Amino acid sequence: MTVEEMTFEQSFTALQETVERLETGELALEDTILLYERGQALARHCQELLDRAELRVTQLGGDAVGLT
Amino acid sequence: MYQQAHSVTEITALIKRMLDRDELLQDLWLEGEISNWSRSRSGHCYFTIKDAGASMRAVVWRSLASRLSFEPQDGQAVLAHGRVSLYEPQGQYQFYVEYIEPRGRGALYAQFEALKARLAQEGLFAVERKRALPPFPQRIGVVTSPTGAALRDILNVIARRWPLAEVILSPTLVQGEQAPAQIVAALESLYRGADADMIILGRGGGSIEDLWAFNDEQVARVVYRSPVPVVTGVGHETDYTIADLVADVRAPTPSAAAELAVPDQAELKTWIAGSVTATTEAALTRIRETRMAVDHVRRAFERLTPMARLVQDRQRVDGLQQRIERASLHRLTLLRERASGLAVRLAGLDPEATLRRGYAIARTARGAIVRRTSQVASGDRVTIRVADGSFGARVENR
Repeated sequence: MTVEEMTFEQSFTALQETVERLETGELALEDTILLYERGQALARHCQELLDRAELRVTQLGGDAVGLT
Repeated sequence: MYQQAHSVTEITALIKRMLDRDELLQDLWLEGEISNWSRSRSGHCYFTIKDAGASMRAVVWRSLASRLSFEPQDGQAVLAHGRVSLYEPQGQYQFYVEYIEPRGRGALYAQFEALKARLAQEGLFAVERKRALPPFPQRIGVVTSPTGAALRDILNVIARRWPLAEVILSPTLVQGEQAPAQIVAALESLYRGADADMIILGRGGGSIEDLWAFNDEQVARVVYRSPVPVVTGVGHETDYTIADLVADVRAPTPSAAAELAVPDQAELKTWIAGSVTATTEAALTRIRETRMAVDHVRRAFERLTPMARLVQDRQRVDGLQQRIERASLHRLTLLRERASGLAVRLAGLDPEATLRRGYAIARTARGAIVRRTSQVASGDRVTIRVADGSFGARVENR
């Protein structure tokens, strides 16, 4: 799954893991760079999802209701 | 004759003392019907409590009036607790109300307590059963009135904190006789394929009677059966309904239920920004460490590389060469010295010097030096060499 396909939860959880792995160290430089790039992509994705989000409201047995 | 006269104040005070000393009147439960309920501008409320045979003035001080859980109305039967005393300026005895509830509420409470005990016994409130709410809900079922303030509050909170969610409203009446059955139906239709990952069950504040649908046994049981966690937000701070007790999480109000239900995007954004810094820091640190490690290894490596050995070998060769050179030079000097010694000695062997001492060298006609007599015969010609030259001679008597 690419980062762009992730839900917020998936992306956020992956980001948390990435930060943790990076901070505990013990990684080869290449892995560090890969993780760093992944972390940046995940953070960007999370941020975009939040920025783009707009609450949707639907009503069972009825039409969508607007937020007033 | 006339006894001494008393003042009105004195006697009023006496009557007041009599009333105030009476145990029953000071700790009185009184049943009756409200009439002439009025709220003064100061906030105190005045009314008459009466039954078929009598009526009595009554007061509810502002401090209590503002906290009443119902709106008293004329004709309403009430049960009240308080004390009877005298208001001296008007010479009126009054019932000072300390607690008041609609008549029949006592029965309601008894019913509530009995249901609560029974459901507790059955384990509907068991703490071990309480589920944690999903950290990032995607589909939030909301069961409340489509027209109530509760829905507006819930949607506002979710829109602000967690706009990633989708809210699925399952509308219901939240008060009145129809409410329990509708709440049950609304929950059940959410359970059937609305695919919500949590449910908020809410209703705004109101009197205890208004909230009563949430104390319904069927409502309790359907909340208990929910396949996903349920958060309740019913009424005000202090109201605890049976539905609250069954729910996975109880919030004091609908807004608070929404707050508990969803994460706050502002906090998340802060965390995400922090994570960007943290990953960058970690990566930079790793790069620095690696660079230092590489430097370290390179220095170690340079000591071991073939080039380094070559350099070393070359140095060794140089060293040997120098030693050889030094050694040869020494030897050369020695040779030179020996050579010159030989020259000296050779000089001592110079035949000229011997000739100068008076010796002569005789050579045959063929040039051979005559060392023995047998080399010549009488009549041979020889050449004699002396220090300053040569001359010829003839051999005789041989």
